[in-house]
Amino acid sequence: MDTHVHDRRRFLALAAGAAAAPLLTACGAGFGGNDSKGDGSAADDITGSFDWKREKGTTVKALLNKHPYTDALIADLKSFTARTGIKVEYDVFPEDNYFDKLTVDLSSGRASYDVFMLGAYMVWQYGPPGWLEDLGPWMRNSAATGAEWDQADFFPNLLQADQWSLKAGAPLGQGGQYALPWGWETNVVAYNTEVFGKLGLKPAESFDELTELAATIKRKAPGAGFDGMYGIAVRGSRSWATIHPGFMTMYARNGLKDFTVDGGKLTPAMNSPEAVAFTEDWARMVKRGGPPSWTSYTWYQCSSDLGAKKAGMLFDADTAAYFQAVKGASPASGKIAFHPGPKGPDGSLATNMWIWSLGMNAKSKKKSASWLFLQWATGKEHLRKSAITHNHIDPVRKSVAEDAAYKDKMRHLPGFLETFETVVDQTKIQFTPQAQFFDATTSWAAALQEIYGGKGARSVLDGLADDLAGKVG
Amino acid sequence: MRLALRPYLLIVPALLLTCGILYPFGLGLYYTLFDFSASKPQPDMVRFENYTTVFTQEAFWNSAWVTVLYAVGAALAETVLGVAVALLLHRSTLVGRVLEKILILPLMIAPVIAAIIWKLMLQPSVGVVNYLLRPFGLGGVQWTDTPTGALLSSIAVDVWVYTPFVAILALAGLRSLPASPFEAAAVDGAGWWYTFRRLTLPMLWPYVLVAVIFRFMDSLKVFDIIYALTEGGPGDSTVVLQIRAYLEAIRFQRYSFGISYTIVLWAVVYLAAMVLVKHLGKIQRKAAEVTT
Repeated sequence: MDTHVHDRRRFLALAAGAAAAPLLTACGAGFGGNDSKGDGSAADDITGSFDWKREKGTTVKALLNKHPYTDALIADLKSFTARTGIKVEYDVFPEDNYFDKLTVDLSSGRASYDVFMLGAYMVWQYGPPGWLEDLGPWMRNSAATGAEWDQADFFPNLLQADQWSLKAGAPLGQGGQYALPWGWETNVVAYNTEVFGKLGLKPAESFDELTELAATIKRKAPGAGFDGMYGIAVRGSRSWATIHPGFMTMYARNGLKDFTVDGGKLTPAMNSPEAVAFTEDWARMVKRGGPPSWTSYTWYQCSSDLGAKKAGMLFDADTAAYFQAVKGASPASGKIAFHPGPKGPDGSLATNMWIWSLGMNAKSKKKSASWLFLQWATGKEHLRKSAITHNHIDPVRKSVAEDAAYKDKMRHLPGFLETFETVVDQTKIQFTPQAQFFDATTSWAAALQEIYGGKGARSVLDGLADDLAGKVG
Repeated sequence: MRLALRPYLLIVPALLLTCGILYPFGLGLYYTLFDFSASKPQPDMVRFENYTTVFTQEAFWNSAWVTVLYAVGAALAETVLGVAVALLLHRSTLVGRVLEKILILPLMIAPVIAAIIWKLMLQPSVGVVNYLLRPFGLGGVQWTDTPTGALLSSIAVDVWVYTPFVAILALAGLRSLPASPFEAAAVDGAGWWYTFRRLTLPMLWPYVLVAVIFRFMDSLKVFDIIYALTEGGPGDSTVVLQIRAYLEAIRFQRYSFGISYTIVLWAVVYLAAMVLVKHLGKIQRKAAEVTT
């Protein structure tokens, strides 16, 4: 009998051990994800005159996130292969697990993918361990980079957003260029013109007005023929992604900071009296005019609700509203307009942004071919084509943003171009660059949920600041 | 020579499987002795500091408490419901046989997909659950917006997916029980409740306990259902140990620290399994006494 039981014990112990195995294996098979980097760049090996055909016959492997920008890229890949003779193989993953896949792949130290999509925030996480190739030397080498690529054509704030010295708290725009901007999103307010017209409303110019407006829509819209409509869709899930769009934009417009930096030391500032007051106001706005089940809201629910006429307004990425606004995309298409959103007390329209960027694996064995791909994908020709014939909107290049055909395409969306032009110069990353960004913002989102649930903002944010001080200080 | 090799060849598959489990496990255990993270790829040996940090973190105790609540709640509800369903299906009627087949359907759905389906159904404005509850004045329930609601909703999804598993095991147990004790009880004029309490339940317990062991261990390790439904929120109210480990190791890239959470979870699962299996032995002996 005992033997019998012991056999089961061993079996159960192994089964329990197996529970741990996947996570352990996912973390890679050994230390040393950061081989000591040489001083020189592989870009220095490229000499002579620039030639698109330099790496003819090579295959580059790309990891891509499922996105309309990606669809536009894939549709145009034949042009790249025709121009360079380089074949591109790619894997596309949905956003929910894209970054886990990329993180695990990069941390393993293998060069499974030569190039990949990433956000500018990811540079803060992937840059310090040495996983990202510094593209600066490639950009500066005229043998590697064609003259038509034209670095000066990028909006400077976007190029700077992917440039960092890898030191926590150091401003962006200095140090290595760890990715190239490829597509981006400003965070503004989109609204349903039908409900605004019927209720005689106009877009809010201050945060107090926005709160009142959201509450008014939630109160009056259902009785005006908009069944189940609430005021404003903003993200609320327990994720870093909840903080960066509308919340961080309004936070920055109020002149607030996530951290203060003094002599290289970061001190959490989300518990300053002004930040506490703003956070309380934000939670109040969501309670009065936000969606039911807000704590599960991601960009997808926010965007869908605007399209389904469930939300009167959306304070999020302009693209999230754009994809609902295009003809035939949703019941609300043709009835969505854009506005820069509320100004801060001093009239600030400081706006946070998300930048889909393209980066190169520092371990890639095909850096020269990968650079040709990055150069093409961020070049004028491809970006213009994908902006005009596909949905690669919010151009990272000035020439595309000013292109007549692009403007013609976007003109039918009320306020889109005007909003873009109003905020573009004030749009930048409003966070303090530091490697614990995802931990800090995930905890911040959890704190926001607790405040929304009724806990005191002061004590919750003090707790958050204490926790983060030990991690990022 | 061939005969001498045979025993060793026969254990090769088991050996490979064991190594496949033990190698990453041992490696993970070794990693926890370092401060290995993305920001420190050349780590220093910190011995047991990661474990000390884990046990002194308020977040750990919160996660441990949530994990235990979830596992006990889910395993208990599934056992009660599973046994009840099995008793109802035990009579071999046409309806019972049809329901038996349908009952298996939730088990065929990946838990993460079930959680996503339930997330949509529980959505207050467009979900079908509130739509159906509206006539009873309950159309405004925000299922996952409060800590208690989020935990109960997660347990409910687990119950929906796994109750059939318990029911099938219990049903198999019911059908394998010897007929003679029941016939003797019927001859003696024993009532339904007496028969159930003194015969059915004691003899069925070993089967039920096997189901409980599987469900309890599995629920302690839950990740998919909760992550898909609440991502651990609101606040930290549904951050179970697996989610904490995932966030630390993968999302925040503090590998050694994240693995420490996994090792602690493994120890908890192991200990729970040991206790339950020991109990199973006793129950089996008791059941054998009832049968004889």
